[in-house]
Formats: sequence, C-alpha cells, structure tokens
Amino acid sequence: MTTRVNISINARRYEYEVEDRTLLVHFIREQARLTGTHIGCDSSNCGACTVLLDGQAVKSCTLLAVQADGQNVSTVEGLTGSFNGLSPIQEGFRQEHGLQCGYCTPGMLMACTALLAENAQPSESEIRHALEGNICRCTGYEMIVRSVQWAAAKQVQQ
Amino acid sequence: MIPAPFTYLRVGSVQEALDALAEYGDDAKLLAGGHSLIPLMKYRLATPKVLIDISGIAELSGVTFEGDSLVIGAATRHAIVEHSPVVKEHCRLLAYTASLVGDPQVRNRGTIGGSVAHGDSASDLPVSLLAMDAQFTAQGRNGTRTIAAADFFVGFWQTALTPNEVLINIKVPLAKQRWSYQKFTIRSQDWATVSSAVYGNAVALGAMADIPIRARDVESALLQGADISQAALLADHNTSPSSDTRASSDYRRHLARVLTEDGLREALARN
Ligand SMILES: Cc1cc2nc3c(=O)[nH]c(=O)nc-3n(C[C@H](O)[C@H](O)[C@H](O)COP(=O)(O)OP(=O)(O)OC[C@H]3O[C@@H](n4cnc5c(N)ncnc54)[C@H](O)[C@@H]3O)c2cc1C
Ligand code: FES
Ligand code: FES
Repeated sequence: MTTRVNISINARRYEYEVEDRTLLVHFIREQARLTGTHIGCDSSNCGACTVLLDGQAVKSCTLLAVQADGQNVSTVEGLTGSFNGLSPIQEGFRQEHGLQCGYCTPGMLMACTALLAENAQPSESEIRHALEGNICRCTGYEMIVRSVQWAAAKQVQQ
Repeated sequence: MIPAPFTYLRVGSVQEALDALAEYGDDAKLLAGGHSLIPLMKYRLATPKVLIDISGIAELSGVTFEGDSLVIGAATRHAIVEHSPVVKEHCRLLAYTASLVGDPQVRNRGTIGGSVAHGDSASDLPVSLLAMDAQFTAQGRNGTRTIAAADFFVGFWQTALTPNEVLINIKVPLAKQRWSYQKFTIRSQDWATVSSAVYGNAVALGAMADIPIRARDVESALLQGADISQAALLADHNTSPSSDTRASSDYRRHLARVLTEDGLREALARN
C-alpha cells in the first residue's frame, strides 16, 4: 500500500506518495533529500537519526513516515541562530570540540536542542541523562557535555 | 532495514480499532508507540499485513481519577507518565519507573499499554504494575473486562489479551505506600538485567522468569517479622532466570537478592 504523506520539515512542506512501510528517516533523506540526518545503527539504539517531531526528540529510524503525516519535523539543516548563522548549541559544539568524526553529531545536536528548549540550565547529570539515547564513538562525551554547558551559558548571557 | 509491506490504518476510536481487528483477524496488529513492534518488523520477526494505529485515539490517552484509583490510558506515552504532576503526586513508583524506560527518545514515543501488551519480562513498567496490583481494562466486541496484574502476564511475550481485544487503560491504587524501583543495567541506557519493585509489602521482580513475578517468599517472610536482609535472601526462590549475553542465571539470582534488599531499605527510608 502507498499513502500520500504530507510532512513539514524545517517549516517547508514535503508531500510524496510513499509506501506505508517507508521509515521517517528514509522520507527525510531520500524523498526530502535532507541528508544531514544520519542512519547509524538502524536498530533504534544509537540516536544518530534523532529529529524533532512537533518539538520532541524521536528516533526517525523507528517511526514510519505515515505516523508523522501532518506533523512538523525539525532536522539539523533547520538549526539557525546568531552565531554566524549557527544556533547556540551548534556554536557550542564548535567552541568546545563536541565532535570528531561527526557521524553522531546531527542526532546529538537535535537531542541537545530538545533538552535546552525544555531545561535552559541543565546540570551535568541532567545533560548526561538527556543524551542517554545518543551514542558517540569518538569524543567520550566529555566535550559534548561541555558544548551543551557552553550553549546554556550563552543563552543566559543573551 | 525496512519492514515487509503492509497496509497502515489510522483509527479514531476504540470501536473502529475493534472493527478493523475483526475484519483483518490474524493479519492485523495494533500499533501504539511502535517502539517494540517497528524494530521487530524491521528485523522481519513480525510481518503483519495490516497495522492499526491507535495512538491518535483521544480516549486512550491521559491520566484521570476513578474512585481510589488513578486511571492511565493505554496509549499514554512514557514521557507523559514520567512528568505528569498527578502521577508524580499520587503514584511516585509509576512516574519513577517510567523515567527509567529506555532513553528520552524512546519515552517520547513508547506507551504504557504497548509496554504491558508486549509482555517482555525485562520491561520496567510491568514489574511496578505487578507490585501495585494494577488492574488492566480490555475491550472486545462483546464488552470490557478487567484483568488483575497477577493474571495478565501469562508467558514469554504472552499476555491474557486476546488478539481481538484492545487494552483500554490501567488502574493503579492511589494509596500512598512506601516504594522503590531498582533497575540493574549493563549500560546507562539498557533493558534491565534484573529489576525489583517494592510497593508496601509487595515485591515484584523483572527478568527473573518468562514473566514478571512476585517474590512471594520475601513478602511472607517480611509479614512474619523477618528483617530485611534475611527476607531479601529469599528473592530468587521460585524463579527461573535465563542465562544470556547480559548475565548468567546465577548472577541474576544474586542481583535479585541484592536489588530486593536495596529496594526494601530504600522504601523503608522513605517511610
Ligand atoms: C532503544 C529502545 C530501548 C528500550 N528500552 C526499554 C527499557 O529500558 N525498558 C522498557 O520497559 N522498555 C524499553 N523499550 C521498549 C519501549 O518501552 C516500548 O515503547 C514498549 O515496550 C512498547 O510500547 P509501544 O507503545 O511502543 O508499543 P508498540 O511497539 O506499538 O506495540 C507493542 C505490542 O503491543 C501491542 N499493543 C500496543 N498497544 C496495545 C493496546 N492498547 N492494546 C492491545 N495491544 C496493544 C502491539 O500490537 C504490539 O504487539 C525500549 C525500546 C527501544 C526501541
Ligand atoms: S539509526 Fe536510528 S537509532 Fe541508530
Ligand atoms: S563524533 Fe564520531 S561518533 Fe560522535
């Protein structure tokens, strides 16, 4: 079966006729051609595919595109802000070296974005708890935690 | 990995879900949060021909009061249960247990009804619900029935729900009992290697058998006045934990005793 699915991604409408079994991450990457969202484990564990669905962090490899029909998705391509166009959390990753290979980064950035929207001043333990669904093979997480702290501090200053 | 082809149906009421189950029979599966079912479908361990999405049914989601019970709609997501001020005030054990399910992304999608209907003995919520003697309401074409937690879990990934029933809600007692939930995991985000829930004088264990079970010998020892460390030594009585990549069966028995002792002490400290 196929269904006509209409999803707003980063405030732009994408409407395609897709097979019902199409995963949201494939809709984002292959239909909408937004390849910033990565597929890591493809088994719901690593969080590389994290996007925001109506503002909430979800793993787009574990959702069907039809489940997101009519809803709003935000991906890494949609992050913007006043740091030369980067959002505070993106700039935080740049300042504090929150990435090495970058594979986990789009998912990390979206999970961090959801965290800071909910809790502007998270403690270190709250940051680590909020990122339990995102695996990074490179950084050992220390620099990622510092990146979030950098962004949180900047949000206060602004 | 993508699932085998199927037809997706979104239903707006329990009646529509029941009609669809009747029409498609064994070919159909209910879809709630999809966080157990979709991974199984991607691995092709489940190949339903029809998916009936019940997550949008308004009457299935949210928290209400009924007499001296808190009623949690089956399609209420873990994150809602975790953060609900009402659940936090009237049933700390449930809110806390929900906060330990998977990770934030999983809790934003997974539902309490899907978690119990999936019937995995390593799941968190079933263990606490069993300790609380929760009641499960199921609706079929011929009306609704109530199933006690003790009768709900019947075997490996098997529950008392029939294939043409929809779980409507879960009722938990409002009584404020001392409580604890102890979950041992290998990684920060993981399924329980073993878990132990304490609610009043009740103790329930996860991952110690095919289904979540009550530690009856611990409960009766406590009633007879045994102290906590003596009673907790009985936690692995009448259990049948498996050996797998997470732990050997002996190690699970050890964990059951340790976690039960920790849980009983924590619960007592909360008194
Ligand atoms: C990465 C990851 C980590 C996880 N970690 C944990 C963990 O630590 N602890 C834990 O407990 N769980 C964990 N889970 C499982 C998670 O809690 C699931 O959300 C839950 O088990 C299933 O709920 P669901 O709403 O997603 O159900 P679905 O996947 O939609 O459905 C599961 C099953 O229940 C049936 N069903 C669903 N709703 C109903 C209903 N109302 N009536 C009748 N049948 C119904 C479906 O037909 C299906 O057979 C994890 C999942 C993932 C992907
Ligand atoms: S690709 Fe989705 S969680 Fe790893
Ligand atoms: S930066 Fe390489 S996996 Fe995180």
